[in-house]
Amino acid sequence: MELTINGKVHQVDVDDDTPLLWALRDELKMTGTKFGCGAGLCGACTIHINGNPARACLTPITAAKGAKITTIEGLSDTGDHPLQQAWVKHNVPQCGYCQSGQLMSAAALLANNPNPSEKDIDSAMSGNLCRCGTYPRIKAAIQDAVQYYNAGEQQEKQGGE
Amino acid sequence: MTDNTNAISLVDRRRFLKLAGVSSSGLILGATLPNFQPAWADIAGTAAKDKSAAPLNLFVSIAKDNTVSIVCHRSEMGQGIRTGLPQVVADELEADWDLVEVVQGLGDKRYGSQNTDGSRSIRNFYTTMRTMGASARTMLEQAAAQLWSVPVSECQARKHRVHHSASDRSASFGELAELAATQKVPAEDTLVLKTPSNFNYIGKPVATYDTPAIVQGKGVFGQDVILDDMLIASIERAPVLGSKVASVDDSAARKISGVVAIENMDGGIEPPLFHPLSGVAVIATNTWAAMKARKALDIQWTDTSHAGHNSAPFIETLKQRVKQPGKVVTKYGDVASSLADAANTHSATYSVPYLAHASMEPPSATAVVKDDHCEIWACVQVPQGTQQHVANALGLTPEQVKVNVTLLGGGFGRKSKPDFAVEAALLAKKMQRPVKVVWSREDDIRHDYYHAAAASHFEAAMDDGGQVTGWQQRTAFPTISGTFAKGAEHPSNGELSLGFADMPFDIPHRQCETAPAEYEARIGWLRSVSNIQNAFGVCSFADELAHLLKRKPDEFLLELMGEDRHIDPNQGDFEYGNHGASLKDFPLDTARLKQVLAATAAKADLSQKGDHAQKAGEGWGIAVHRSFLSYVGIATKVAVENGRVAIKEMHCVADVGLAVNPDRVESQMEGSMIFGMSLALMGEIGMEKGAVTNSNFHDYPLLRMQQSPKMSVTLLGTEHAPAGVGEPGVPPVAPSITNAIFAACGERIRDLPVNKHLQLA
Repeated sequence: MELTINGKVHQVDVDDDTPLLWALRDELKMTGTKFGCGAGLCGACTIHINGNPARACLTPITAAKGAKITTIEGLSDTGDHPLQQAWVKHNVPQCGYCQSGQLMSAAALLANNPNPSEKDIDSAMSGNLCRCGTYPRIKAAIQDAVQYYNAGEQQEKQGGE
Repeated sequence: MTDNTNAISLVDRRRFLKLAGVSSSGLILGATLPNFQPAWADIAGTAAKDKSAAPLNLFVSIAKDNTVSIVCHRSEMGQGIRTGLPQVVADELEADWDLVEVVQGLGDKRYGSQNTDGSRSIRNFYTTMRTMGASARTMLEQAAAQLWSVPVSECQARKHRVHHSASDRSASFGELAELAATQKVPAEDTLVLKTPSNFNYIGKPVATYDTPAIVQGKGVFGQDVILDDMLIASIERAPVLGSKVASVDDSAARKISGVVAIENMDGGIEPPLFHPLSGVAVIATNTWAAMKARKALDIQWTDTSHAGHNSAPFIETLKQRVKQPGKVVTKYGDVASSLADAANTHSATYSVPYLAHASMEPPSATAVVKDDHCEIWACVQVPQGTQQHVANALGLTPEQVKVNVTLLGGGFGRKSKPDFAVEAALLAKKMQRPVKVVWSREDDIRHDYYHAAAASHFEAAMDDGGQVTGWQQRTAFPTISGTFAKGAEHPSNGELSLGFADMPFDIPHRQCETAPAEYEARIGWLRSVSNIQNAFGVCSFADELAHLLKRKPDEFLLELMGEDRHIDPNQGDFEYGNHGASLKDFPLDTARLKQVLAATAAKADLSQKGDHAQKAGEGWGIAVHRSFLSYVGIATKVAVENGRVAIKEMHCVADVGLAVNPDRVESQMEGSMIFGMSLALMGEIGMEKGAVTNSNFHDYPLLRMQQSPKMSVTLLGTEHAPAGVGEPGVPPVAPSITNAIFAACGERIRDLPVNKHLQLA
């Protein structure tokens, strides 16, 4: 089966009922997307399918066929997505295990809502658990990233015109 | 510090390279460390008597290309130790942090203790790390002096170079490394440590070393290990302690594509120690196939004596037992008479349920076994314990087991138990191929080493003037000792040293007792261990007395703590653990506790708030607790409306002594508040017929972002020696919440979690 991940086409040979999570982790050795619960309850495996956040553990590989998939490895080339920079600036991660999923949920939020309220952030991030307790910093980092993100988007738009 | 702590010596380079996997040349130093006791020995009261020094080593190396490699021999699980310890070395060394490479130490007893637990990595290694850095710096200065034929006193290391200002010469560490390696290792008493005002990194919020990798998904955790030709194992384990596989029908499972083998795992051993549980392992070419086939297994289990264990009636039984006279631990004055003669008495009984660790990364280990050698990659807090237990299972010596420690996706004490690494080793041996054992979330929740369900009972005697004259406390919970020895029914001295027998109130007549509790499920230490139930009981009961006496709880607490003094809780057979430190070096200092209490009350502006009830439906609660040699206060504001409770604010004041990395200390306190909220509000593992009834985050919920309140952290006492950080923030959280709920609505919650009594907003 063909999958388009982070702009590249990959071939995977797995059973049709295989969740995308295991195709990514086992077959493609892309381990940035984490296994936390296998039941869509923790958000550690959050990826983007056509720009929308999805839980890779509950997404059958067949549902990902033909879609544009983005994982943490594809969020930016060099770790310079405004959210990644804000995560570093606020020293957000503790153990770091949930942070791929947190970043992907936050990135989908900003892509769809460039000026999220605190409530919007709570709502978008409510599916992502962090046992270490980095929520206050995640929230602060998202709020901080908003301005850089919008400035970047603005530049991109101007550049495109 | 013991005499053998800092026998710094030059280290054989090949051995170092082999040990640490560093490819560099130049100066390499090692330090001999004392033989620290593993935490489970402290707690189980089975500490090894052998105090002979393990010969061994921590390392700093300086390569010709200027890279300074610093080995971190402790496990990184979010506390920032891969930043904290190296930043201490780098500071004394006068290294440039940007040129520092952190190397994760393999499991090796020559490092001394690597058990990353007990909130003790910094407090036990701070001075050693400074000495190591200073030794290397001195040798670089000696090398420069030799190179330039000038007195060493005129050579000064500064930011990765050694300078000779009189002749305006300087050389980089890399240029000096080889010559430095030929210098005599300075005697410890000749070393000059930096004065704190000259610190470059100690006490500064150095950015976390692993963060850039983590935000790109490049951090390698236990679950992320991939080896060539590797198989994946998923194991269905016995649901009840002591149970074994009676029969298995695996015909359906074998038909699933990708399945390579199905193997019985021996187990059912009691005491459980860190042995694998009995079970059936499905070994497949990929994780999904292993998990799918496992669901198709039909397994019958043998009966066990624990199959009658039900957690709810068990806790009720413990609550009844603690109301009866128990075994006396410590006794001051005559508490019975004080109660009999009291003008007024009050009593209350509290309980905390079983709790699971639920680290975001479920346990996972990968193993390769060839002939007489095993190599493990695992997210373990105990690399040497892993060596030992894997060696025992395979019939090897610990030296034949190489343990690579990955990043840990949270630990909280679960990954101090290397049962999952033993599983991987046994299966890798059977398969003669690399095997990764992947625990699912359900495995993690159902086969944990649980925080003990606990009950505690308190009785107080008060005189006419509202003074507390007598205080009786009694506790019962299955002891961690039961994990190591059958038949243990009373808490160990180690467990009673965690906020129980070291209760800080200055009351003339007081008595601590224990009552028995059966060991029915694997019990282990969870972040802050027995401090959870002990602080919940002590801080709740003190709050109850304050309200009964119509006193402001914060002022009443200050009064209960009495005069500034150092408490020595040792009495008779009760040996106070003091978290492995001496009372001389780390006294139980009520002055520091009172300072933290006062600062916590001030942070919440409690002086303006009467009995802490602010207005109908809103209230503040306060709790302070000393554990892991640190003093932490928490003030919480809650709102209760229509039977629904929301945490509105939480403030933490922590005296942890010197904060080597204040940002990581603050983050640990933030995390402790959230960890404490999870356990207080919604944490409960249920057991029926000996089996855990929870399975995943829908029925073992954790706090989510929208439930996380506005919070602050204030650090005090930085003039003191560094103390514990990872755990001491947790204990006061639960009582501060339930005290606030009482202030808000008059409901006293004595049985956790809160959501059994009030809905969460």
